[in-house]
Amino acid sequence: MTEPATEFPPPKILTLSPAHKPILITQGAEGRLYKTPSPFQPDQFCALKYRPPKPYRHPILDARLTKARISSEAKVLDRCYREGVPVPAVLAKDAAAGWMMIEWIEGEPVRVGINKWLGERPEDDAVVDHSQEDETPLIDLMKRIGVAVGALHRTGVVHGDLTTSNMMLRPWADDRLPNGHGDKAEKAKAVAGDVVVIDFGLAMQSQSDEDRAVDLYVLERAFASTHPRAERLFHHILDSYRGAFKKAPGVLHKLEDVRMRGRKRSMLG
Amino acid sequence: MSKRPASSETSDLSTTSKRPKPPSNITMSLERIPLEHIPPNYRVYGALFRDVSNAPFLQTQLISRNPEFEYAFIDASTIVSRAHLLAAVWNAVYSSVEGNLRTPNVHSEVVASLNINNNIADGYRRWGITSDKTKDLVVVKILSSPEPLPQAEQENEAEEVLSHLTSQIEGRLVRLTDQEIAEVTDWQKVRKYYKLNGVPVLDQTKDEAVKKKKMESMAIMGMALRGL
Repeated sequence: MTEPATEFPPPKILTLSPAHKPILITQGAEGRLYKTPSPFQPDQFCALKYRPPKPYRHPILDARLTKARISSEAKVLDRCYREGVPVPAVLAKDAAAGWMMIEWIEGEPVRVGINKWLGERPEDDAVVDHSQEDETPLIDLMKRIGVAVGALHRTGVVHGDLTTSNMMLRPWADDRLPNGHGDKAEKAKAVAGDVVVIDFGLAMQSQSDEDRAVDLYVLERAFASTHPRAERLFHHILDSYRGAFKKAPGVLHKLEDVRMRGRKRSMLG
Repeated sequence: MSKRPASSETSDLSTTSKRPKPPSNITMSLERIPLEHIPPNYRVYGALFRDVSNAPFLQTQLISRNPEFEYAFIDASTIVSRAHLLAAVWNAVYSSVEGNLRTPNVHSEVVASLNINNNIADGYRRWGITSDKTKDLVVVKILSSPEPLPQAEQENEAEEVLSHLTSQIEGRLVRLTDQEIAEVTDWQKVRKYYKLNGVPVLDQTKDEAVKKKKMESMAIMGMALRGL
């Protein structure tokens, strides 16, 4: 072993075959995401989501929580996939061991795409005149986000952590890509692709307008802090959400309330 | 072409659209199937036999637990694709590695792993070989040893397995490819077994190839979620 020791020991499943070294993609509070070869699809990768044991929790409780959370996330993905919500498919899982393997989604997070579009512009956005700029590709992406979230809510699932980091832009085939060359085409390519919603670790099944409104509110706030210069376009997400989901009016009405008081309901009285 | 077995008997079936195959007089070797995240001391071999005429004999060997017939025999009409089959094989081998087999051995586990619920008998009946119905047969052989086998020994092993299979199975050996599997898939069965009728994502999908890919994904997902 000449490689430096990894910071975290990988889960047992990734040590069974010595052929490949797993790549740690993200390390969250609850779990880790590895990129590793698909178990049974040669030349394809998969994402392995692993919830390591928590040493501060009682072992029996810890095992139960981990198992329930992996199973719940897998169930939500299955439900979304069948309903046509763009999400990664589940390939295999061992809930007791705390892992599941899901389809690897190519492309970049929506966050990266939008920031590429916005480019490096440190000056105050308020003074920039957008009227000359053709923003159609970015607005189209906003609409696709609204459609994806609408489909998700229609399915009876709320995501629990909707951000532009938890959506991927799965590249289109070449014939769907914006044609042409130069800066303008490059910018348009940055925001091209199908929106695929990922990370359902905090998702739950819910039909309540309140929960759905909180989902939208979290996205709105995440958007404002991650892409302040595109915040004025956020309403396009809500507009297309309304078009994609029959019960949207009630949710958007509730969103007004949530904006007034924040994500958490008052615990007073 | 004249070698295609039983062509006169099956001419009433919709074989006309099929490409004529070259006679398989070249000795085929048994494919060793590569799987990831499985210890290197496991070897998985697989093949497809078309137009099998002695399914009753083969099923009897399984039922009587003849130790020479430690194979997973799968009715190929219930298989969507290579990935679908290998998902079941992988799940079975993983369960074996972890010591979590739910059935008597890793081969029966492959068949049971194709099911989306925990009813083992139901899994055998639907996906396993059945004496009166199975025409095309997927065969999987899983072997392990304390240490990984050297290449030469592994080739001998594959040779032995193949010669036993070809001496016992009356049928035409073909490669386990997506194309070969696609020729024998019974989509009506697959849709029923994996609860794919009336699933919205399929109604939303127009392209037939994309639709099949989604059915494959949902079958694999159903197996992964078994019992949830």
